[in-house]
Amino acid sequence: MSQEQAAPGSRGRHAGPVTVGPPSMAAQRAALAGRVRSLLAACRAYPLAAAGALILIAIAAFCFGGPLVYHTDQVHVFLSQANLSPRAGHPLGTDGDGSDELGRLMVGGRVSLEVGAAAGVLAAVLGSMWGAVAGYFGGLVDAAMMRIVDAAIAIPAVVLLLLLISIYRPSTAMLVLVIAGTSWLSTARLVRAEALTLRMREYVQASRVMGSGGLRVILRHIAPNAMSTIAVNVTFQVGNAILILATLGFLNLGVVFPSVDWGDMISAAVQTIYDGYWWQILCPGVAIVVVIVALTMLGDGLRDASSAEDAGNGPDAVAVSVARAAQALPGRR
Amino acid sequence: MTAYLARRALQAVVVVLLVTIIVFGLIRLAPGGASASLLGPGSAHQEFLAEYLTWLGRVLHGNLGRSDRLNETVGALLATSLPRTLVLTGFSTAIALAVAIPVGLVQAVRRNTAVDHVLRALTFICYGMPAFVLGSLLILFLAVDHHVFGAEGPQAPGIVGVITDVRDLTLPVLTLSLVTIAIFARYMRSSALDSLAQEYVEAARARGAGPRRVLGAHVLRNSLVPVVTLLGLSLPQIIGGALVVESLFNIQGMGWQIWQAAVNRDFPVTLGFTLVIGVAAAVGSLLADVGYAALDPRVRHAQS
Repeated sequence: MSQEQAAPGSRGRHAGPVTVGPPSMAAQRAALAGRVRSLLAACRAYPLAAAGALILIAIAAFCFGGPLVYHTDQVHVFLSQANLSPRAGHPLGTDGDGSDELGRLMVGGRVSLEVGAAAGVLAAVLGSMWGAVAGYFGGLVDAAMMRIVDAAIAIPAVVLLLLLISIYRPSTAMLVLVIAGTSWLSTARLVRAEALTLRMREYVQASRVMGSGGLRVILRHIAPNAMSTIAVNVTFQVGNAILILATLGFLNLGVVFPSVDWGDMISAAVQTIYDGYWWQILCPGVAIVVVIVALTMLGDGLRDASSAEDAGNGPDAVAVSVARAAQALPGRR
Repeated sequence: MTAYLARRALQAVVVVLLVTIIVFGLIRLAPGGASASLLGPGSAHQEFLAEYLTWLGRVLHGNLGRSDRLNETVGALLATSLPRTLVLTGFSTAIALAVAIPVGLVQAVRRNTAVDHVLRALTFICYGMPAFVLGSLLILFLAVDHHVFGAEGPQAPGIVGVITDVRDLTLPVLTLSLVTIAIFARYMRSSALDSLAQEYVEAARARGAGPRRVLGAHVLRNSLVPVVTLLGLSLPQIIGGALVVESLFNIQGMGWQIWQAAVNRDFPVTLGFTLVIGVAAAVGSLLADVGYAALDPRVRHAQS
């Protein structure tokens, strides 16, 4: 999320007025104001994306900054404090071990966000590379690479994950690899479709005529031009990775104790579901849904923004975004 | 059309073979002599290819292996668990389609109105809500707080008992269909928006066709074609969802068996079931393409 915020700022720095010597205070302030103004204009143009980004920043602040303000003991077990309903001192109640639910949400969220972001970005990078190579080279290479994707996508991701995890019982780092290793497939399909059209463009042809090799064309022309598609896909992949991690946690196959994620919290709460401790399910459940919805909003907004850039702000923009949405789904050839 | 289908069927065969190679490669990776337990003693040091072919031959003869933990063949486990999963996924997919198609159509026709925004927000939330969160909340409110439905799935031994146990079957089916509705409705909305923007819709309006005819004969018909594809392609997702729902509601279907086998490192069961699901999904995607070709005249009458 920090990158989302940093991007317009860094662009502004390079585009700033050329002055000799150190810029005056007034010029600096004007440049800053200009940057803020362009950021605000972008937020106004794409309220959905801006709202999504704001929610994500708030959640990250809650998970990473929260424990600095709100001190709780998430290590020891206090059975005398177990399963308390929300009250003064424990605004969201406590869980079966007597840990404060609000503090646990912060600790669990940290794992969910870290693993989700790492696995999601890794999956998007892996998938983009695979798809770009397949789409650019085409022919037999493309057919072979995409059949592998077809085969791997035919096995449900959760099933493949269960299989891998029952073999390896992975650490948190391995979890990132395993989640990314099972979810890059949809990105590969998406970027391949993009690369197939990009390789026909004049500038790509020109670059090849001038003697560029495949790697150079992919890195200098295909990847940058597919970037808007990839950026939208990253938001999807991160959300997907958070969902997968939570699902694994729910199935007791996620991060290993004493680490905890939001899925683990729900899994523990389901064990005592007949006792009606609703806060133990509702709190992590709402947290997961809010993160996923925020990521979806950000992704949809980014897609609208990138297709508006391509097609101008008109009815065409809608058609393009629809076409892209259709592409994003596990598509036919 | 015939050439297209032949090429597509050949692709499906290749994909199915790749699925078996992936699954078999994973057997070989598994530590603790898992492949020996699968292939019998004396086979541990064979070449990969020879071992693969032996295994493939057995699978083709219907021998998926044997679970020492449960003392049953994988085939017998499949025979008892498959019908439960089919009941669960079949009912929920049917309900999901029945709800998602009108919802997506209404959203597309009333695009950017209050109706669209409310429905879009609802599908957003269902889309972001994992099946186990939704299911747990439904159990909490409808089974524990108010005793409307059962908290567990049907536990009857026979399949007839499962279907007739409406009280226990409702919550699992509801959970899985709500999650599926979100996927289908989002797709249906963009598909219908796509159809609405086409020239034949404008032409139909220009000819004086009423809104009912434009929607029914032109928009709905043409938006449904991609949904057929989606149905075939979402098979892995639906089965993945069924795995979670079965675990939560304690339904001894295929997903539950895979989960238990994974937790207990019962490799013959995980691998046998994964293989069956992978092949089913590859065939589903082939059938979806055949359906697409049959429904879309542009594909049906294409020369190539």
